[in-house]
Amino acid sequence: MKKIRFNVITFPGSNCDHDSYWIPTVRGNEAEFVWHKDNSLKSPDVVFIPGGFSYGDYLRCGAIAKFSPIMQEVKRFADKGGLVIGVCNGFQILTESGLLPGALMMNKHLDFICKHQYLSVESINSPFTNLYQHKQILDIPIAHKEGNYYIDNDGLKSLQDNDQILFRYCDEKGNINADSNPNGAIDNIAGIVNINRNVLGMMPHPERASENVVNSQDGQTLFASIEKWIRERL
Amino acid sequence: MFKAKVFVSLKQSVLDPQGQVITNALHSQGYTSVVETRVSKYFEIMIDTNDKQKAEADLKSICDKVLANPNTESWKYELEGV
Repeated sequence: MKKIRFNVITFPGSNCDHDSYWIPTVRGNEAEFVWHKDNSLKSPDVVFIPGGFSYGDYLRCGAIAKFSPIMQEVKRFADKGGLVIGVCNGFQILTESGLLPGALMMNKHLDFICKHQYLSVESINSPFTNLYQHKQILDIPIAHKEGNYYIDNDGLKSLQDNDQILFRYCDEKGNINADSNPNGAIDNIAGIVNINRNVLGMMPHPERASENVVNSQDGQTLFASIEKWIRERL
Repeated sequence: MFKAKVFVSLKQSVLDPQGQVITNALHSQGYTSVVETRVSKYFEIMIDTNDKQKAEADLKSICDKVLANPNTESWKYELEGV
């Protein structure tokens, strides 16, 4: 059986690239690092833009990374329907690049947050969530200072109307409200897809919740969903 | 040669939590007349041309594409010959 191939983009300042490489490979897939100055991808089925502090978060988080040569290739790959997942700084890069709508702003309470966080799966209609249950409650770690998702009212309505919100912050019982919102994100948004549903951005780190040695394994189903979706199309 | 002074600010419709914290600190110091603080970024950019129209065109493009995120920020500039 052909192995699914992940490409993990490394920018100066990326620090989750090895986690993002490790998890696909321990699941039996192939993975390759791709340097930000490279002009081509390495035949990926999935592009993974990892967390970290690309270019030191200078100017704005993700603002400089969007000008990297490799991001032009990532855009081309996404435009052709290729799966792209951006986690944390990867989500910030995807919004700055225009591959996803909205922006990630400083957390409402100005703190860097590093903790386990409950998420509600809000849509299973995507390559990334198809094996979860609708409204399933997940425990996935977050670690960010600029994770406060913002979009204007028209944009928010468009995300809602088009079922583009995949994850919302919630409490352990699944309540989605201000008390269960760690960073002030509008509508408790933790992760969205683009209108074509092939580009995912999320602040929580599924790659940090995908092995038995860590407290939560709730990220495994995200990778399993991606693998299933791709295998059905090989 | 032109010197551009560029100010990038959060749009008025966007919450500025840093500005709120600063306002609270100012109140605690007795500056009770302060009603709002908005935090901005300030850039000084030197542009090597004698053509003011070109300098302005470049500057607008720089602000839109690089210095500001149009989702959340607005910008303004002052341009002076040096």
